[in-house]
Amino acid sequence: MNADSSKDDVLTIAGRRFSSRLIIGTGKYVDYAENAAAAEAAGAEIVTVAVRRINLSDPSAPMLIDYIDPKKYTFLPNTAGCFTGEDAVRTLRLAREAGGWSLVKLEVLGDEKTLYPNMPETLRSAELLVKEGFDVMVYCSDDPIMAKQLEDIGCCAIMPLAAPIGSGLGVQNPINIRMIIEQSKVPVLVDAGVGTASDAAIAMELGCDGVLMNTAIAEAKNPVLMAQAMRHAVIAGRQAYLAGRMAKRLYADPSSPLAGLI
Amino acid sequence: MKVQINGEMRDFEAPMSVLQLLTVMNLPSQKIAVELNLEIVPKSAYHSQMVAASDRIEIVHFIGGG
Repeated sequence: MNADSSKDDVLTIAGRRFSSRLIIGTGKYVDYAENAAAAEAAGAEIVTVAVRRINLSDPSAPMLIDYIDPKKYTFLPNTAGCFTGEDAVRTLRLAREAGGWSLVKLEVLGDEKTLYPNMPETLRSAELLVKEGFDVMVYCSDDPIMAKQLEDIGCCAIMPLAAPIGSGLGVQNPINIRMIIEQSKVPVLVDAGVGTASDAAIAMELGCDGVLMNTAIAEAKNPVLMAQAMRHAVIAGRQAYLAGRMAKRLYADPSSPLAGLI
Repeated sequence: MKVQINGEMRDFEAPMSVLQLLTVMNLPSQKIAVELNLEIVPKSAYHSQMVAASDRIEIVHFIGGG
């Protein structure tokens, strides 16, 4: 492998090819204009979006798609706020009609304090959605057994949390993430918990196929600059993973040869 | 006729198609999705699908989310 080979390194999800491995959320930004600037700076090709009732009293209110062009970005509708499989299916059917996509992000939360996924309900929802023809990228716990079951159901990407949603704590579970990566035949993306650039790089160095983040960029003091930092971090982490890191040693090993000393 | 849209009761003149309803409410039909009594209304059926009294309609769009 030479240095150029990383140019052909594409992320394939459900048959769709992406050159960016950074997926960003569109929540918590000051406004849609800042959000659009961050998406641009992140070099993202996929953005997550939520499905909600339209404001009937003010139909002229700014709409997300007026700022972030669905022709330029792949919209990944989520099921945030759904607590049952039926809610998730209903929401994503509407999303498919609104945008015409089958690629979706399933998240069924179990608890408002931790925002941990409700895994029994996530498995049930995934089954319903796969049967309906959706390509399901699934937010899940970092349990390799759960991840395997989701893959067996037919999910097209496994997305375990690195730490709780919005916590910014970074990769708390590198062993579990690594186990999931090693066993999975579909892409594995860390979804949730990344706080800063080094966290994204660590996830990628572990061998993740991508990283999905929202708060780390949206709540940075300068979201556009952080989006750019995340872009570099994801690329750096990916390249380091592909390059193969050196072995760790307990003691020093001189970089300059000892032979020929005067 | 009274119909429920996004949880609010609204009064309209019957008969009315989904497309007419969207036009009256000034909603951009290309940027939204419509559910009528828990069933999706495909965009291609907006002009033919009629709205009846007591129907429950949801009109949604994409907003920011993670």
